[in-house]
Amino acid sequence: MSLFLEMRDVSKTFPGVRALNKVDLEVRLGEVHALAGENGAGKSTLMKIMTGVYTADPGGRILIEGEPIVIRDAVHARALGISIIYQELSMVENLTVAENIFLAREPLRASGFLDKARMNREAAEVLATLQMDVSPVTPVAQLSMGQKQMIEIAKAISYRSKIIIMDEPTASLSHHEAVTLMGQIRRLRQQGIGIVYITHRLDEIFEIADRVTILRDGSTVDSLPIAEVTRDILVRKMVDRELSQLYGKHVCHATSEVLLDVKGLTLDQPRPHQAKVKNIDFSLYRGEVLGFFGLIGAGRTEIMEMIFGMRASTGTIAIDGRQVAIHEPSDAIAHGIGFVTEDRKGQGLVLGMNVRENFSLTHLEAYSPNFFVNRQKETARCRDFVKSLGIKTPSTEQRVVNLSGGNQQKIVIAKWVARSPKILIVDEPTRGIDIGAKAEVHALLARLASDGMGIIVISSDLPEVLAVSDRVIVIKDGRISQTFERAQASQETIMEAATA
Amino acid sequence: MIVRDSPATAVLRPRHTAVGGRVSALLQVRELNVLTALLVVVALISFSTPYFLTTDNLMGVFRSFSLIAIMSIGMVMVIITGGIDLSVGSVMGLSSLVTALGFQSGLPTAVCILGGLATGLLFGLFNGVLITVIRLPPFIATLGSLSIGRGLMYIITHGVPLTPDTPDVFAEIGQGYVGLVPVPVVIMLAMTIVFSVVMRKTRFGRHVYATGGNEMAARLSGVKTGRVKLLVYMLSGLIAGLAGIVSFSRYLSAEPASGFGAELDVIAAAAIGGASLAGGVGSVEGAIIGAALAGIIANGVVLMNINTYAQQAITGAVILIAVSLDVWRSRSKGA
Repeated sequence: MSLFLEMRDVSKTFPGVRALNKVDLEVRLGEVHALAGENGAGKSTLMKIMTGVYTADPGGRILIEGEPIVIRDAVHARALGISIIYQELSMVENLTVAENIFLAREPLRASGFLDKARMNREAAEVLATLQMDVSPVTPVAQLSMGQKQMIEIAKAISYRSKIIIMDEPTASLSHHEAVTLMGQIRRLRQQGIGIVYITHRLDEIFEIADRVTILRDGSTVDSLPIAEVTRDILVRKMVDRELSQLYGKHVCHATSEVLLDVKGLTLDQPRPHQAKVKNIDFSLYRGEVLGFFGLIGAGRTEIMEMIFGMRASTGTIAIDGRQVAIHEPSDAIAHGIGFVTEDRKGQGLVLGMNVRENFSLTHLEAYSPNFFVNRQKETARCRDFVKSLGIKTPSTEQRVVNLSGGNQQKIVIAKWVARSPKILIVDEPTRGIDIGAKAEVHALLARLASDGMGIIVISSDLPEVLAVSDRVIVIKDGRISQTFERAQASQETIMEAATA
Repeated sequence: MIVRDSPATAVLRPRHTAVGGRVSALLQVRELNVLTALLVVVALISFSTPYFLTTDNLMGVFRSFSLIAIMSIGMVMVIITGGIDLSVGSVMGLSSLVTALGFQSGLPTAVCILGGLATGLLFGLFNGVLITVIRLPPFIATLGSLSIGRGLMYIITHGVPLTPDTPDVFAEIGQGYVGLVPVPVVIMLAMTIVFSVVMRKTRFGRHVYATGGNEMAARLSGVKTGRVKLLVYMLSGLIAGLAGIVSFSRYLSAEPASGFGAELDVIAAAAIGGASLAGGVGSVEGAIIGAALAGIIANGVVLMNINTYAQQAITGAVILIAVSLDVWRSRSKGA
């Protein structure tokens, strides 16, 4: 495996902050090189330097195949053979697969018009090397998340990239799609392409990586062949503190009092690409943490969206033994339900608003018995939550767009907890946040359950579901496939129920 | 969890000295850009002509932009929700016509005024229902209302202005003074204060900003976003109706072309004042300052003997400069 990209003593300083401090990184052709580190460790800054988005401070050196080089911008980086696939895919949904692959470098005829035939032919060739069964003329909007990611990879290959950087590539993939992606990555490795793989999921590092470089506080902590690392070592190097267990000890607080009773819940008029959720029956008990597991597309989120009044449904929902009618989220909220949605930026937060305004949005009436909002009371309550949940923010007036993912997530949780709902639904509560914050979110959920709240946790992270849940309901193809008591639940049994 | 300063938070962190804190707080005020622009323009004009800074002239200027300013209050609320109301010019005209029709039929003044306000409110309700129930895009819905409103005016008047007899007391609304200050300016100031407080200090105001900032997040937090939008369009209509009454009282003639094209001036005022057409951002005060800037430029052009035909181009240039500065500044803040 030959050395392709070398970074030596690379630093990056922003006004007032040193984001990277003399980082070393070596990426070889034909290797999968994982980049591990908590949020804020410097992974994204390093990535942006590799792709020419940022320029490194003078003093460090970047070498490609031994030649010192200055990466001017993203176009230059691509010409040098470095491509990146961002976590949030950048595709033009209404254009076809081929049009996306050749965006901004469309082949032209001598006349100056588009050479569509050539574009589709070349796209088909690239897709064939990935063994992808997708037509070049399919609009991207019709593809699944996993397929879209493959198209991004196809695009990177068509640029003749030597190195492809992947930022949390499995974050929005189903289990099946993730498996396909891993296969694809192995194939790229065989073709001699170097992969820089960034993920929060440690399992994936051990599954796919040949080498791992660990960043902490903007510095390289270590760079090791994967065979020399264990999970414990990796975590310790990342966080620099002992996490005796990633997940704390489990205590069950469930009572026998039924809080939420759902019967025959069926999705009304599902859209073409949606799971046809049918006849969902389940109960949630006071103080219980109920896990919902299923592959992406199985219908977990749809079930919660029906309960929260975001989607039309038939069937009955009873809270505290009384049947309730929920047509709108505001109805669900009035009946004591809170919903920490999966998509923080799209559904959870008003990014342009500050911490205080986001926090109070769910329960503004608590500070405004009449028409006017009592700003003092609002700020004081918000400060209490910022303190008790350990939200790192300069003040309650900071705009949430400037906070890290973990802190944003805590604000979304805080805005619901402050309402004291009877039932709290949390969808992928720890996606994209680092290990430390994850443990804090889990501890918080356990604390809320011990106070008598009923909590529903949806997660694609199987170890997380197992760690936090008192019971686990497995959803498959829009129906409940099986329900497990904690004692019977294991990774194997649950996966079996979700896929069989 | 371990959190380090991201570059953005480090830059944004307020300085912790008393004076520094106050200065940086002041600089956070979005309206400052346009206020600065306003002061610069005022200084320029008053240096080049002695007639500008006279009470008579100033009060005249204030009165002339007050109608646009009043309507910009409704408009900026609509824009903050992420919408637009193109119908305000027509609604203003139709409201003044309905008021005039009332006087022509010999109805009492109060009834005539209520008729004008009701016209505005109904149009706002119509817009709001099209947008929240039928889910038309605001641009299309209010474009339709613009045409319907204007069309109704031509149908009713056959193109001939209506000049009914009115009691003297009614004329006070558009022509009278409180001390040195024209009544329309007093109405504008009063409404500015009321709606500024509504937008800053009330639950409704917060919901307006949240709806425009991220409608989905607001709805999922329990904000009845449909109702919020319905209300802002009703308010915009009602306020345009009020502007129509003031306008009729001022000229005592309901012209079929009254308010024609006014929506563009009103939208410009809101945009100059820092409102983002993407929603979530803007303020009542900003819109008023924006209207003042446009109005003062118009007056300055006349006083400085610049070709009046150039006035529109100058106003356009000022809009672009003011908004560009705003965009540039918010980007350099990294926000």
